[in-house]
Amino acid sequence: MIHTTIGDIGHLFVIISFVAALISIFNFYKAEKSPLPEIQKGWLKNGQITYVIHGLAVFGIVITLFTIISNHYYEYFYAWSHSSKVLPVEYIISSFWEGQEGSFLLWSFWNVLLGFVILLTNKKWAPSVMVSFSVVQAFLASMILGVVIGDLKIGSSPFILLRDAMDAPIFNINPNYVPEDGTGLNPLLQNYWMVIHPPVLFLGYATTLIPFAYAIAGLWKKDFKGWVRPALPWALFSAAILGVGILMGGYWAYETLNFEGFWNWDPVENASLVPWLVLVASIHTMITYKKSETALKASIILVLSVFLMVLYATFMVRSGVLGESSVHSFTDLGLSGQLLLYLLSFLIISIVLAIVRWKHIPSTEKEVSTYSREFWIFMGATLLCLMGFQILLPTSIPVYNSIIQSFGGISNLAPPADQVEFYTKWQMWFAVGLAILSGTGQFFWWQKMKKSGVKDSLLMPILITLAISALIIVLAGMTNIPYILLVIASVYTITANAKIFIKIVKNNYKLSGGAIAHMGLGMMLLGILFSTGYSRTISLNETGLLLTNSEEVEDNFNQENIPLFINDPQTMGEYTLTYKGRFYETYDGGYVKASYLEDTQNENDKIVKRDIKREDESLTKGDTLKVYGANHYYKVDYLHADGEKFSLFPRAQINADMGGLISSPDIRRKFTKDLYTHVSSVPDPTQEIEWSEPKEMDVTFGEKFFLNDFVTVLEEVKRVDEIEGEKLKGNDLAVRATVKVYGDGEDYILNPYYLIRDNMAGRIPDENREIGIKLNIESIKPESNTFTLSVRTTQKDYVILKALEKPFINLLWIGTLVLTIGFGMAIFRRYSEFYKMKRKGLE
Amino acid sequence: MKRSYIFGIIVIAAAIMMIVSTAGDASSYVSFKDAHDMALEGNDTKIHVVGELKKSEKGEIIGLNPSDDKLSFTFMMVDENGIEQEVFYNEPMPADFKRSEQVVVIGSFQKGTFIADKILMKCPSKYQEETVI
Repeated sequence: MIHTTIGDIGHLFVIISFVAALISIFNFYKAEKSPLPEIQKGWLKNGQITYVIHGLAVFGIVITLFTIISNHYYEYFYAWSHSSKVLPVEYIISSFWEGQEGSFLLWSFWNVLLGFVILLTNKKWAPSVMVSFSVVQAFLASMILGVVIGDLKIGSSPFILLRDAMDAPIFNINPNYVPEDGTGLNPLLQNYWMVIHPPVLFLGYATTLIPFAYAIAGLWKKDFKGWVRPALPWALFSAAILGVGILMGGYWAYETLNFEGFWNWDPVENASLVPWLVLVASIHTMITYKKSETALKASIILVLSVFLMVLYATFMVRSGVLGESSVHSFTDLGLSGQLLLYLLSFLIISIVLAIVRWKHIPSTEKEVSTYSREFWIFMGATLLCLMGFQILLPTSIPVYNSIIQSFGGISNLAPPADQVEFYTKWQMWFAVGLAILSGTGQFFWWQKMKKSGVKDSLLMPILITLAISALIIVLAGMTNIPYILLVIASVYTITANAKIFIKIVKNNYKLSGGAIAHMGLGMMLLGILFSTGYSRTISLNETGLLLTNSEEVEDNFNQENIPLFINDPQTMGEYTLTYKGRFYETYDGGYVKASYLEDTQNENDKIVKRDIKREDESLTKGDTLKVYGANHYYKVDYLHADGEKFSLFPRAQINADMGGLISSPDIRRKFTKDLYTHVSSVPDPTQEIEWSEPKEMDVTFGEKFFLNDFVTVLEEVKRVDEIEGEKLKGNDLAVRATVKVYGDGEDYILNPYYLIRDNMAGRIPDENREIGIKLNIESIKPESNTFTLSVRTTQKDYVILKALEKPFINLLWIGTLVLTIGFGMAIFRRYSEFYKMKRKGLE
Repeated sequence: MKRSYIFGIIVIAAAIMMIVSTAGDASSYVSFKDAHDMALEGNDTKIHVVGELKKSEKGEIIGLNPSDDKLSFTFMMVDENGIEQEVFYNEPMPADFKRSEQVVVIGSFQKGTFIADKILMKCPSKYQEETVI
């Protein structure tokens, strides 16, 4: 049965939301333009009604789509391609925004809520601000419109049926065919951070619209100054949310991906960082403006740029222009034209409006003194913008290529070969500058400084900084000059801001947000420096084997991985490592060895092969165990020279969406450093094993012999009357051999069967992948009590492992938290300023 | 001269330096032949080469050689112009390497062998969302 109604309802909601947004633009525009208060009120009322209708329609779309996904209506393309029946509730939620349509919807959903807040809190600015909101909402609704007029496709609907989306032959036979299950959510995204990261990030993106809309409204109404007050708390809120959203993404990458860090300078990451940097710059110029009426023009330009950057980022990420230069694979929905139109409309509106009004924007002609706070803040804002510019230039390389190609040219520009090195070369120095400015700028901010006063107030923090930095440099044994400078600068910003914090907090703690945020920045910089600059590979290979078959390569390559064979301890730095085998994680959170289990039709159901009784686990033969079948865990026991023992379970995931096996680290967290471990290569568990040619060997009871380098013993051969739970029939005769293989840390039992039925011999082999042995009883010679075993072997189980130490990465996470608290306090302060003015009826 | 002009000039100078640096450090997509010519001229900048693994007529991958300790490997790659080249990669072979449809190697020639610093793979995904069953 196909549920067509719900999709029609969803589609209807999309159309309503689109049309209501268009009418809202008109209503709010009229409200703004009407000279008479009475008429204005009327239009505003109309606008409110249409916007509420629009909002309810968006909620309707969200609810409809969620119903389709959570009820597993796989006749819908979106549900089929992004979710599956086995997904737990939290991942059903994240499958909602896995696709582009869903993420546009998420964005639109936040905008609706924010629009409601604006309508409720700000009467004076509501009409003009809501015009921008309605335009944005109309564009976003158009992205999921899914209307085709001739060759023109407007938007991609999430309510499209599978049979309309795909040209599969099954639909010719049975148009009502509904797939049993969906294709599921990308397993990499099945992580709690992926439930929370996208909504936070999109709330960050959505909130950048508010300062933008206020700035546009200010230019439009020629109220060049008034927009700053209501816009500022929102800009702060946006920076806090967007910052947290970006860092959550970084934390997810650190925990889940194997690029050994939290930041990879991937175009998608960069595209979110650049607007944040400009946003923070704009906050600084807005604060300056509020204090001393300077930097108004700069504020307007920056605030407008932030939102335009967000649109540019959206265009880059979603139009398919990035192609293969990004690991983030977004399918190209063919919306690039629409996205470009969205970007260009706002770009042109902003530029035209700014140019037309430019002459009227008040500005001070007063020369800024080096000893003024404006000077320092302006420097800081400029530096932030330069940071953003430097990141944007190479990130846009694929865009240059497509522009050149669209004019018929040929461009083969590729991103820098070593991205990390390339960006670090610049950003490192920016960070030093930023830390120095944010330390010093704060002093100029809080006190009027004369030339002579500078020395007095800065002396103490500088002395403390030098003392602490010297200690750090000596303890860490630092020799790299830029790193040393960054340590000094970061410590300086922490101590300088700590001094200011102590001073302010005594008078009015509400004003201390800035000092706290800058201390957070200093901590983050230290955390970034140590965890990346002093990240140390401890899995260095010192075996010194021949590295390549090609003799022409003579260069000495460092090998940063070590091979670990099962149960074979290896020394790695101060640790001794032993690989203990491949495991599955069960639904109740434990790990069970894969070789104890047998596969079934369902990836997540495994059957226990034989009874296992050990101190820490007991399994009963034949039981079905629920496991996360796509995730393979490789247990590695660590033994430190000082006796510390622990196990890590790095993961390899069979991930069709990402095209293969994806490895994820396991991290041993300590306060001062993280021990980060991931597998670089493993035998593919989904692939058939290539066994060697069989070799026959005669053995007797109790005789010790070698199998695949393991000591092995034939313990017993017993007559049985059932095989694998199946009773024997008639004259059948069967024996079961028990062969024990002594591994280094664990003994393995193999049970091949020999069966005589109707005078024919049958053989049922047993195998163990871990030790790479497959056994058959070839024949039995009762006269000499010997058994002929046929043995096939393969590579015994191994992993190739990489392990790194990440010192003081916790400083980055703590710093982020401190920065966010600082933002929170500043939001509170700026909002109460705005609220007081509103109470006085001035806003 | 006003201080703000000096400031402006410094900012513009910094921006120009960034553009120059980006242009200088940007890599490019080239063929093995061009990469080889570059190496002969003594130009050892890292470049991108796009291609596929060499396959026999039956579709089996040939020329894939992991080192004895499995920590590095060499493989034969055919670029978009059909030129074959041995590539050395100083990392363990990724588990899904053999399944990749397209490979992008980033690196340069050193004494006749292409040394890859980084390999990007494009793999056919199991459910390419083109077929329902």
